Amino acid sequence: MVNARRFPDLPRAGKPTIGVLALQGSFPLHIASLQRCGVETRKVRKPEDLEDIHGLVIPGGESTTMENLASRCGLFDALRSAGRNGLPIFGTCAGAILLGKGTERPERLQVVDIEVRRNAYGRQVDSFNAELFLASFETPFHGVFIRAPIIEAGTENLDCEILGLHEGHPVLIRNGRILLATFHPELTDDLRIHKLFLEMCELASGKAGEEIREESGAGQTRENAF
Amino acid sequence: MNEENNIAVEGENNWEEKVGLAKMLVGGVVMDVTNAEQARIAEAAGAVAVMALERVPSDIRKDGGIARMSPVSKIQEIQECASIPVMAKSRIGHFMEAEILEALSVDFIDESEVLTPADEDAHIDKSPFKAPFVCGARNLGEALRRISEGAALIRTKGEAGTGDIIHAVRHMKLINSQIKELAGLGEWDLATCAEKLNAPRDLVKQVAKDGRLPVPNFAAGGIATPADAAMMMRLGAEAVFVGSGIFKSSPDPEKQSAVARAIVEAVTHFDNPAELVRICQNVDVAMRGEDTAEIPEEKLLQSRGW
Repeated sequence: MVNARRFPDLPRAGKPTIGVLALQGSFPLHIASLQRCGVETRKVRKPEDLEDIHGLVIPGGESTTMENLASRCGLFDALRSAGRNGLPIFGTCAGAILLGKGTERPERLQVVDIEVRRNAYGRQVDSFNAELFLASFETPFHGVFIRAPIIEAGTENLDCEILGLHEGHPVLIRNGRILLATFHPELTDDLRIHKLFLEMCELASGKAGEEIREESGAGQTRENAF
Repeated sequence: MNEENNIAVEGENNWEEKVGLAKMLVGGVVMDVTNAEQARIAEAAGAVAVMALERVPSDIRKDGGIARMSPVSKIQEIQECASIPVMAKSRIGHFMEAEILEALSVDFIDESEVLTPADEDAHIDKSPFKAPFVCGARNLGEALRRISEGAALIRTKGEAGTGDIIHAVRHMKLINSQIKELAGLGEWDLATCAEKLNAPRDLVKQVAKDGRLPVPNFAAGGIATPADAAMMMRLGAEAVFVGSGIFKSSPDPEKQSAVARAIVEAVTHFDNPAELVRICQNVDVAMRGEDTAEIPEEKLLQSRGW
């Protein structure tokens, strides 16, 4: 059952829309994956682009570049308050780095109390792929790790569910409404993790989207930003 | 070659990781840097990667002589201070320079026409390397030949070090129009196209089917201003390399930094001219540049490689 009143800070208007931070990185791949799941997407480049979205993806790419560009236009603070106010956010690789905590560059959003260390496996020659056994999926997920970070600490807190491990390190975790992957589901055709995130946004692909539209009785559609 | 040094293991080519890194650089700016200070300026300005060089292309052009791989100590100096990927250039065909760069854990190797070619018959066989390669291309056939050798990223072969964007524009438009021409062709026509392009048939078929190259395509060569960078993005580039355009814009590091920051922002907001006005407001310098029409044909760097 979809409850449209779950996020009081984010009034629902019109079609359910997932924002994708589109400053730099693998945002075109995330947009393609989300559209294949049947949801509307919007490129987020300014604070006002966060209005009325039902969830947000922070893609892979260079975390220092994203932090830099987001800070220049006030988007960094807006992302932090959106996350802390309960907007569901899915971060992959650089996105996971930004959502967590850490002492090295870049400055972090600290939306979750989880320490993420950048480039923790080494440089590009240490990038790798691995079949991952993830909680609730029956078959392995093909994980591509590129200059990947390692989730170092904080997973013992009560809100944190470890959904997958690789060589003893958590690689997919859910902490409240935040989903973090240290690998890149957007580089594969496998939509299971995107669908898991959409369930967290309570609009598991197109069907639930329909329910929300019916529930809010909305004829009002919102202009897509791109 | 002993076991320990045998980095280039046949068949172990990490294609997914190589193209994956290229896709993570999309929407970003790769900046040429020659020392740790410039690398810090580049990273602070929001570069997605730096290219570690001994001299920027405009100096290579001016100095003449043989241009080779950067000294190892120079690359290490830059690796030590940069947290973003560090790229470096090898000469065309110089597989030994490439193996050294890979052993240095360089994140991307540019087999580059900016350096003096080392082999007149063959580009480097890039597939066996664990490190990804970027190569320049002026047209679709050249791009597909490089991809068939294992390049994980293509860039235009604009005339490096000139600040003249005309060649990068020509290459980007040509590659994209050649890709469009393949759409809807039948098997026989594609075979003919493959012959004409001098490119492998399977790759030509794949491009016809997907409507795009199998790897990202970036712009490089002659990009000097935020407007240049935005124009290349509008023409379909997925990211931009900027060489001499930043550190030859002014001797003042503050002005260099302003140019670098503006180019980074222009690549993100390339389709929004109102934003570009704001972005360009703090930029009042640009590299002097050189009109490529005045450069004799045999002096053009882009004619190196084939």
